[in-house]
Amino acid sequence: MIYLALLLVAIMLVAAIATLILPGRVSAIAAASVVSLALSVLFVLLQAPDVALTEAVVGSGLSTIILALALRRINRLLQHSGAEDA
Amino acid sequence: MRNLTALIFAAGLSFLLLVLTGQFLLGQAPMLAGSAILDEAARELGAANLVTSVVLGYRAIDTLGEIAILFTAASATSLVLSSLNPPKAARRDDYHGGLILQHSVALFFPLLLVLGLYIVLHGHLTPGGGFQGGVILAAAFFLPLLAVPGRGIRHHGIALIEGFSGAAFIIIGIMALLKGQAFLQPLFEQGQMGSLLSGSSLPLLYIALGLKVGAELAGLLANLADIHDPREDSAA
Repeated sequence: MIYLALLLVAIMLVAAIATLILPGRVSAIAAASVVSLALSVLFVLLQAPDVALTEAVVGSGLSTIILALALRRINRLLQHSGAEDA
Repeated sequence: MRNLTALIFAAGLSFLLLVLTGQFLLGQAPMLAGSAILDEAARELGAANLVTSVVLGYRAIDTLGEIAILFTAASATSLVLSSLNPPKAARRDDYHGGLILQHSVALFFPLLLVLGLYIVLHGHLTPGGGFQGGVILAAAFFLPLLAVPGRGIRHHGIALIEGFSGAAFIIIGIMALLKGQAFLQPLFEQGQMGSLLSGSSLPLLYIALGLKVGAELAGLLANLADIHDPREDSAA
């Protein structure tokens, strides 16, 4: 039990650091969602299923989608303004 | 210079937080509200999931505030995004999500729908509830849009669902006022604890909440993904 929790914390730390240092933005977003996923399993271990469900759905699902969509939008806007500037 | 400023700011913030946390006796204070709710919730509300009886029973006005915040955030996002729309010629409406995405969406859509409805409807019995189930419902309706963006989404219908479910939440609260109770106090008999029709009016509140959250987030995701109402496009 305690080892599983430690393993999850280790996964979260690695994924959080990966979010900072990964070169690609999409992979950074994916790593950030891994943090939330491990955190939701940790919440289940701590007997908080409600919070775990929220964390899994919102943290690793919804916010990942929103970040990815925002990234796509920003790229598209940059392409447009770049075309005008050039 | 800028780094130094950031360092000073971080040090000041952590000092403030340390002072604040040093004053709390975490877990040691006489946690009257918590233990009182633990003792009384099952008897007073009859909901098997204690979290639900807190979220929709004892702290229902907080939940109303939460959905108000969510509504404000979604409105502000769509306002900002609509002014940033790229010109119509730049949109790629003929874009398709590929074979794997399209077929897995066909497979997952009914499963996600059932899971979302289950989590909303059983919010007073099992972990989960309106927020979580609503997000799953929004994801279920967003996936087909991701696979075939050209299909579009009816923002009017979404706004209608959102408005009616938000109004239903408040009307349930006002009905309690009319009965001489406090705002959002549970209305009916509790029923047999653990059965689907139990927990007084909490399931109704969670259904309204789930529909509102689901509609709001589906609209927000569609806005972010640049998916438009096909009828509005043809009119414009």
